[in-house]
Amino acid sequence: MIEKEIVIKNRAGLHTRPAASLVKMAAKYKSEFFIVKDGLEINAKSIIGVMTLAAEQGSVLLLRFDGEDEKQACDAIVDLFERGFDESQ
Amino acid sequence: MSSQSEITLNGIGAAAGIVIGKVFVYTKHVPRIEEKSVPAADVEKEIERLRNAVARSEKELQKILSFAEQKIGNSKAKIFEAQIMILSDAILFDSIYKRIKKELKNAEFVVHGEIAKYQQLMMNSTDEYMRERAHDVEDVKNRIIRNIQEEKLISRFEGGSIVVSQSLTPADTILFSRNEILGYATDMGGVTSHAALLSRSLKIPAVVGLRDVTSHVHTDDLIILDGYSGVVIVNPSEETVAQYKRRGREMARFEHRLNELKDLPAQTIDGKLIELSSNIEFIEEVRFTKAQGSHGVGLYRTEGMLIGRDAFPSEEEQFREYKTIAERVFPNRVIMRTFDIGGDKVFAQSYSEENPFLGWRGIRVTLDRPEIFLAQMRAMLRASTKKNLWVMFPMISSVTEVRRAKELVAQAKNSLTAEKLTFDDHMKIGVMIEVPSAAVVAGDIAKEVDFLSIGTNDLIQYLLAVDRGNGIVSQLYQEFDPAVLLTIRHIIKEAHKKKIPVSMCGEMAGDPIATLLLVGLGLDEFSVIPYILPEIKKIIRSVTLREAQKIAAKALMFSTWEEVKEFLVGNLKRLTPDIPLPEHLAKDSTAGSGAQP
Repeated sequence: MIEKEIVIKNRAGLHTRPAASLVKMAAKYKSEFFIVKDGLEINAKSIIGVMTLAAEQGSVLLLRFDGEDEKQACDAIVDLFERGFDESQ
Repeated sequence: MSSQSEITLNGIGAAAGIVIGKVFVYTKHVPRIEEKSVPAADVEKEIERLRNAVARSEKELQKILSFAEQKIGNSKAKIFEAQIMILSDAILFDSIYKRIKKELKNAEFVVHGEIAKYQQLMMNSTDEYMRERAHDVEDVKNRIIRNIQEEKLISRFEGGSIVVSQSLTPADTILFSRNEILGYATDMGGVTSHAALLSRSLKIPAVVGLRDVTSHVHTDDLIILDGYSGVVIVNPSEETVAQYKRRGREMARFEHRLNELKDLPAQTIDGKLIELSSNIEFIEEVRFTKAQGSHGVGLYRTEGMLIGRDAFPSEEEQFREYKTIAERVFPNRVIMRTFDIGGDKVFAQSYSEENPFLGWRGIRVTLDRPEIFLAQMRAMLRASTKKNLWVMFPMISSVTEVRRAKELVAQAKNSLTAEKLTFDDHMKIGVMIEVPSAAVVAGDIAKEVDFLSIGTNDLIQYLLAVDRGNGIVSQLYQEFDPAVLLTIRHIIKEAHKKKIPVSMCGEMAGDPIATLLLVGLGLDEFSVIPYILPEIKKIIRSVTLREAQKIAAKALMFSTWEEVKEFLVGNLKRLTPDIPLPEHLAKDSTAGSGAQP
């Protein structure tokens, strides 16, 4: 199991489009992937769950990966957050 | 409440055929979610329904998505992609399926409960954007629930019913058509005529515009639906049922025989050729017209384009529509009527009138808003290059209006010439005669235009001061009223003096009882709903012009509509004995006692 704390960089936060990208990326890996925010834990492979996080810019999220490809999954997802979900703004 | 007595309701026959059957009342409502228990044995079926509903919701959204991608661009269309992703959210649906199995509750209840949990969390966000996303989730939820309920609705239809509803959307019509539906009856008409059109193409008898049929029937009541004459009979007696069964068989046989007339011209025995054309509102109807032989279009109602929008279509959009129609109708001719809005023709209006029928409607609207008129005229002119497009104006009540409209046509032509766009410079211009004042000065109007077209529905209403939609007085609406006959004769005479042709595009043109009379009065063109074309043709082919003229002259000598009608029915029976006449069933004689004051 890997845990990693990240801060949301992109302006619009984890809104619909980034949420969709995030879930799509997560689906590529076998590992389980959970996100914890303010005590609420959601399954990050569920789009409706990720949308529910309502994570704004500056929010702190705890990412938790568990499974055979957890390392690759973690790298890819963290990279996605770092890139601000490739938003142009 | 429906009592046991027979009730006859009059509407508009939208698709031909007679059916007798049990009613299914279809009420549209915001999905109401009731908590229901599901027997353990039925749980698999419940889950199956949910799966189907999700699959269908996804199909719907895929369609919307690809549309959105074209229209609003890839990045914004992502909102729908997110909705589609919710539908394939395995985590979400796993918990839904588990709960249905464990709690033995109905699918819509569980779907609502599970999704609402997430919605609540989103609503709690301080971020406005996130709170708005809760609405997207709401959309998906409602879509799934609607589809579950439709799955259940369909399963109730086995055995076949006549669907009775306030209105039907095209989607409803398609939904029902997947099942064994006997017919449709609706309160509303006009605006929903897209549904009427679809039922015609699906060959499901339909009557629309019944106004209050939903308040007269309950699910499982027995009704007769007559799509030929636009009648619905609630709680019919055994005798009436037998009568209609017979009429249904006769009509079916008759229609079969009419098919043989398809390619023959509409001419009298002595060779007087009569133009027979059809009334349409939508492009798709052109093929119904063609299926009945080679006929043109005598009335294309352009306001069909306005349905479901709150702004006028652009010149380009209109041009494409008109061009397609003109091409499909070619080598025949199409008469396009400029927007006839107002009155009973619903359009998103920001004003209200005490008496819309005497208010701002038809040409009055478009002359007051020349930019609308000019855009439509430019579109029609540009679509007229095959020289088979004529234009006419609705609700004209004076020569002044005709002249003003013609000035605008000239203006439209000048602007097109300046832009070097091609059009038919001799495009024929005509006027609808549907206001009594226009009928009186028909001769002066005829000097200004290339043809006249009699719109009987409004003309009769205005002439007799009867609102057909008002049940208290609607019995006074009689197309065979001597005043109507004299007026029609006057219009035709005046037009012929000026050597221009006269057509008729109101319902009277499609009433077989009126055909002999109208031929005799010299009417040049009958424009009717497509499926009645062969019947009218058959009558025209059964008489000489001379005899029709005699019949018309005699009809004009009576002083009551009852005598006129009886006389015309007698002649029709004599000349075309095989025409299955609805006379003892028709609108004016079914009400039983007290039909006439």
